Amino acid sequence: MLEIKNLHSSVTDDSNIKILNGVNLSISPGEVHVIMGPNGSGKSTLANLLMGRPDYEITEGEIKFDNKLINELPTDKRSHLGMFLAFQYPVEVPGVRPWQFLKASLDSKYEALDQEKISVREFNKIFEKNVEEVGIKSDLIKRSLNEGFSGGEKKRNEILQLKILKPKLAIMDETDSGLDIDALKVVSEGINSMRSEERSFLIVTHYQRLLNYVKPDFVHVLIGGEIVKSGRSELALEIENSGYKSYIT
Amino acid sequence: MADNFFPKSVQQFDQLYNKIEKKSYTDQKIQEIKNIAWDYFLSTGLPLHRRGNEEWKYTNLNPISEINFNLNQSNSDIKEINKLIPISSDWQNIIFIDGKISNQNFISNKEIIISKIDSINLPDEFATLAKPDSSPFTALNTAFFSEGILIEIPDNVIVQKDLNITFVNSNFSKNLITFPRVFLKCGENSELKLIENYINLSNSVNLTLPVLEIVQSKNSRIEHFRVQIENPYSFNIASTRILQKSNSNFFSTSFSTGAKIGRNDIHVLFDAPEAECGLYGLYISNGDQQQDSEISTTHSKPNCTSKQYYKGILSGNSKAVFSGKILVDKDAQQSDADQKDLNLLLSRNSEVYTKPSLEIYADDVTCAHGATAGNIDMDTLFYLQSRGLDLETAKVILIKGFAEEMINRFKPKDLRNYISNFIDDLIPVLRDQSDTIGTF
Ligand SMILES: Nc1ncnc2c1ncn2[C@@H]1O[C@H](COP(=O)(O)OP(=O)(O)OP(=O)(O)O)[C@@H](O)[C@H]1O
Ligand SMILES: [Mg+2]
Repeated sequence: MLEIKNLHSSVTDDSNIKILNGVNLSISPGEVHVIMGPNGSGKSTLANLLMGRPDYEITEGEIKFDNKLINELPTDKRSHLGMFLAFQYPVEVPGVRPWQFLKASLDSKYEALDQEKISVREFNKIFEKNVEEVGIKSDLIKRSLNEGFSGGEKKRNEILQLKILKPKLAIMDETDSGLDIDALKVVSEGINSMRSEERSFLIVTHYQRLLNYVKPDFVHVLIGGEIVKSGRSELALEIENSGYKSYIT
Repeated sequence: MADNFFPKSVQQFDQLYNKIEKKSYTDQKIQEIKNIAWDYFLSTGLPLHRRGNEEWKYTNLNPISEINFNLNQSNSDIKEINKLIPISSDWQNIIFIDGKISNQNFISNKEIIISKIDSINLPDEFATLAKPDSSPFTALNTAFFSEGILIEIPDNVIVQKDLNITFVNSNFSKNLITFPRVFLKCGENSELKLIENYINLSNSVNLTLPVLEIVQSKNSRIEHFRVQIENPYSFNIASTRILQKSNSNFFSTSFSTGAKIGRNDIHVLFDAPEAECGLYGLYISNGDQQQDSEISTTHSKPNCTSKQYYKGILSGNSKAVFSGKILVDKDAQQSDADQKDLNLLLSRNSEVYTKPSLEIYADDVTCAHGATAGNIDMDTLFYLQSRGLDLETAKVILIKGFAEEMINRFKPKDLRNYISNFIDDLIPVLRDQSDTIGTF
């Protein structure tokens, strides 16, 4: 599903700071991959780059999604292909209601796929059901997108979007950070309920505790813009116990 | 006196003044006020010199003096016009077309008394809030107005129907100058929702110089909704003056767009303790337009609360001025004043001049102010795009989102929908003149 080969990237401004230095990663349908790594190691950069964020440019290597080279594909087109990024810091969007935003988002997807848009009524049902499941207060969800939401509420809102947009590949950038126990359960249940043979996850996290709920197939350690070690879920426990010291050369 | 004796800034108004029917006012008192206004205008002329003139520093009025305006206009079709302006059967409507009242049969009842200003019962406060010799434009309005409206709400009346006063320039109007004049007095414990609209349907250069005076008695409440939708060649320079007695509330929300030069100069005076006002506004400009908001609040008595909150969206080569003044007299202890002006600049050539001015003479005062001018945020754009929205759609959503909280303040539903649709049509124009969104 996702094939990353020798990916190098730098910041698209005069600084030209290099962030990723040859990332290789392959994700098959149905798999859950976890990326861990110290602050500043390039995890968010990788996540954003996969989604086509224009601050970063690929200087070498390639990204393939469903066997299609997407290095230059605009962000919205990636979304239409079935990619999704849950943001580490979801953005506040004044004056735009989550309902309106998600409806527009779904519409754009169906339009791109040449499928019929879903009716307001049908969408209402889906929306309300999912709002309840992720536990966002109904008065809050009527306000502007993420505006005045607490950190945890923003993360729940990312899960809401995940559940409604149903992507093929969900990239989750620290969706489990800053959550209380209840919210952590909502997030992990959200992820687990979405797991299927066709859907894959790339989860960026600092904490092994998420992995008590979500069982990954693979764990990767990203340091200095490179994957320095990959393993099964035990790797996360190992890191939790001894940190990244042994991987830093 | 020979016409050419006067400077450019006075000349054409002098010619027009000689054309108006003198003594059309039997009411001596009104004629006296008009004389004061005219003498004052003759002494000042238009404020064409900007240097050292703080109030007009950023506003070039020379184009006004270069056009020959007319006072009169042949009649146009009201039915056609009603289709193009915000209007609702839920409101009591008074429609002026090209300076003339189109419906004479407005209802006066025990809820609301509406009459023409030439009536004999002129309130004492008339022309005391907007003094005939307070500014050149107020002076012109005072000297020239012919069909003004007096509104009185008796004590203890909560007016059920929103009152809509709309001033339209029809597509027949050509270089027309109009002087909308409204005086409103609200009795104690009364309540009114007032809609005030200026809609220009012509493609000609028109000059509109409105003056609105509002006197609010104890414990009254007014919600004021003001719309200025001009054409890009015209000038609309307005003065709004409010005097508030104790425990009264005044809330005003405006939407201003479209003019070559549009300006609303609004001043609220707290003349008694415990009053509250909230002045809100949205201005949108593009092309070579300029929109000025001259907003001031005077706390002259203790325990009053004022808020000024404006938002601007600028594109093309347009300009905006936000001049927010808060004056707190030394006796006005425990005043609470808050001011905010937020701007979204969509193009490199658009400019906003924000001039907060706080004069505080009391010591126990809470006062906050802030202003911003920024472009559309890249992170936000990326967030929307990551959910499948294309760049153009994302821009539209974000521009509308910025305006939304002000649109939502327009409580009369038909007015809100009109504005919202108008802005939907305007956003693609703003976006097309934009060069700062989607870039770094
Ligand atoms: N737009 C940018 N401009 C300049 N430097 C950047 C930019 N984006 C990222 N960086 C730098 O690249 C490095 C990697 O950042 P990134 O956000 O990917 O780290 P991370 O692994 O997600 O860290 P954290 O665990 O703190 O979220 C950091 O040193 C960061 O400062
Ligand atoms: Mg990060």
